[in-house]
Amino acid sequence: MILKGSWVQIHKIVLTSTERATQLPEETKKVPLEMWTKGFLLADCDLGQTAKIETLTGRHETGTLLTVNPYYKHHYGEFVGEILTIDKMVKSLLAGDSNE
Amino acid sequence: MNNSMDYQSVLSRRNTIMKNSIGIDYEVYEIDNIAFDYERMMLENSYPFELVKSIQMDHGVGKTPLKELKNLTALARKIAPIGYGARIFIKDEALNDSGSFKARRASMACFQAKKLGYKGVIAATSGNYGAAVASQAAKYGLKCIVVQECYDSSGIGQPEIIEKARACEAYGAEVVQLSVGPELFYVFLKLLEETGYFNASLYSPYGVSGIETLGSEIIEDTLKQTGKYPNKVIVTNAGGGNLTGTARGIRKITKQPIEIIGASVNLTGLHMASDHDFNRKSFTTGHTGFGIPYMTYPDRSDVPRSAARPLRYIDRYVTMRQGEVFFMTEALVALEGIERGPAGNISLAAAFSIAQEMPSEQIIVVQETEYTGAGKHHQAQLAFARSNGIDIFFGNPADEVPGKNIILPSDISLIKAVDIDLDKIRISTIKNLCKSEKTLTVNDLVFLSEETKSSLDFVKNVLKTLKISWEE
Repeated sequence: MILKGSWVQIHKIVLTSTERATQLPEETKKVPLEMWTKGFLLADCDLGQTAKIETLTGRHETGTLLTVNPYYKHHYGEFVGEILTIDKMVKSLLAGDSNE
Repeated sequence: MNNSMDYQSVLSRRNTIMKNSIGIDYEVYEIDNIAFDYERMMLENSYPFELVKSIQMDHGVGKTPLKELKNLTALARKIAPIGYGARIFIKDEALNDSGSFKARRASMACFQAKKLGYKGVIAATSGNYGAAVASQAAKYGLKCIVVQECYDSSGIGQPEIIEKARACEAYGAEVVQLSVGPELFYVFLKLLEETGYFNASLYSPYGVSGIETLGSEIIEDTLKQTGKYPNKVIVTNAGGGNLTGTARGIRKITKQPIEIIGASVNLTGLHMASDHDFNRKSFTTGHTGFGIPYMTYPDRSDVPRSAARPLRYIDRYVTMRQGEVFFMTEALVALEGIERGPAGNISLAAAFSIAQEMPSEQIIVVQETEYTGAGKHHQAQLAFARSNGIDIFFGNPADEVPGKNIILPSDISLIKAVDIDLDKIRISTIKNLCKSEKTLTVNDLVFLSEETKSSLDFVKNVLKTLKISWEE
């Protein structure tokens, strides 16, 4: 049970695939338009159940309770060795020892 | 009052929602069949230039340093013909509060929202503009909602957009994230109606006039540092506001013939509304998928009449490959010690090529940089591309196929700006503007000529091929 007042993320379907705009590429048309919002839980709720939240601007939204205390998982990615090759290339060209 | 919230009902209320949320009655600027009074719209919905400057200075915006890239210039001269290789300068816009030139646009939108008494602002953007509006809203005590297109249908988010969500939330904004699709506009309209907040559109006269200070600063800074005017100013082009505002700002302070060049990254073949293609592009802005549609039909934006009309100002339009931009982004770090985001470096990559066409005493100014960080960094974007099955290798960037590979130049002489035929863009623009017209007035003709920066004869010749008549 996630307690009222917790900071959470919810998810909902805004438009089903049949409700979507015309003139969309097929692969977009066949999936729904989804929405993710964050806010404070307005009543105790289990993960996966329909939850009501108050967002930072004071709006109320409903949706499926996805996560509590959502955090950022983006990063710099796995090592890309080509970047070091670029460094070596431009530095040696500028120094005039491009034949090394 | 019709309060139905279904897609069609909300879209049918579009004009009323827009009027209430931006405080501009666009209809008063309409003239005849297709024309509207652009300059009057800009004049009546912006502030005196000196006031804009002081508002921005008071809010952490503007007066960014112009930096000469001596090492990149020297590198370009290694491969330029003798006596060629213009001096390359960069306007370090990443040093605005919130990390990009977008702060200039956001400052004026938020100033206007506050002045008109709105309680909050909403912006539909996956890019730096969200962070800019959130940052400026914090300064003005306005609530802020940013609506992003962020995830594909398998829930994978573009790392650059997730980073932007983080930045917006750091500045206190509510971020509404959506999966891929143009119906973002429907959600945006619903939020405007529900909250009564101001539409901080990128395309309002406030949003575009805020960039004019950037154009004037480029001239002032270049004169101060070199005693000369820049010969060319190069601008990364997506929705067109950056180019429009910069060019207008330059014209405000000088009549010198300074060439305005637009540069976009070439994403030909990738569909901007495709769930499949969404995470196969490594640039979420500054690309041809925005640059060309918005140039040939500016009013596709989120306001009835866009203030961003780049074809009125552009002298030359070039494209670069993703691999070239990533290469130059790293070269900027390696040789100049300046670590910035790749999207802001599209025009830098183009400048490296174009500088080699120019005599060495001339000056080319790259008009912006943007902040970088987790998700947004070129290392992050290249790693993400590789994890999505995009091949990354050294070779000739001219062979790059967007969505399949990213080709880093195996030799710096392979970094080449590729020209887009602006007359073709002009013809497409006239076609788009006259889609449902059979006959045009004199005002319409003059409008088309101004819209496309071309002669009346050029316009008439295109109209003939479209079988559209006009009053003499």
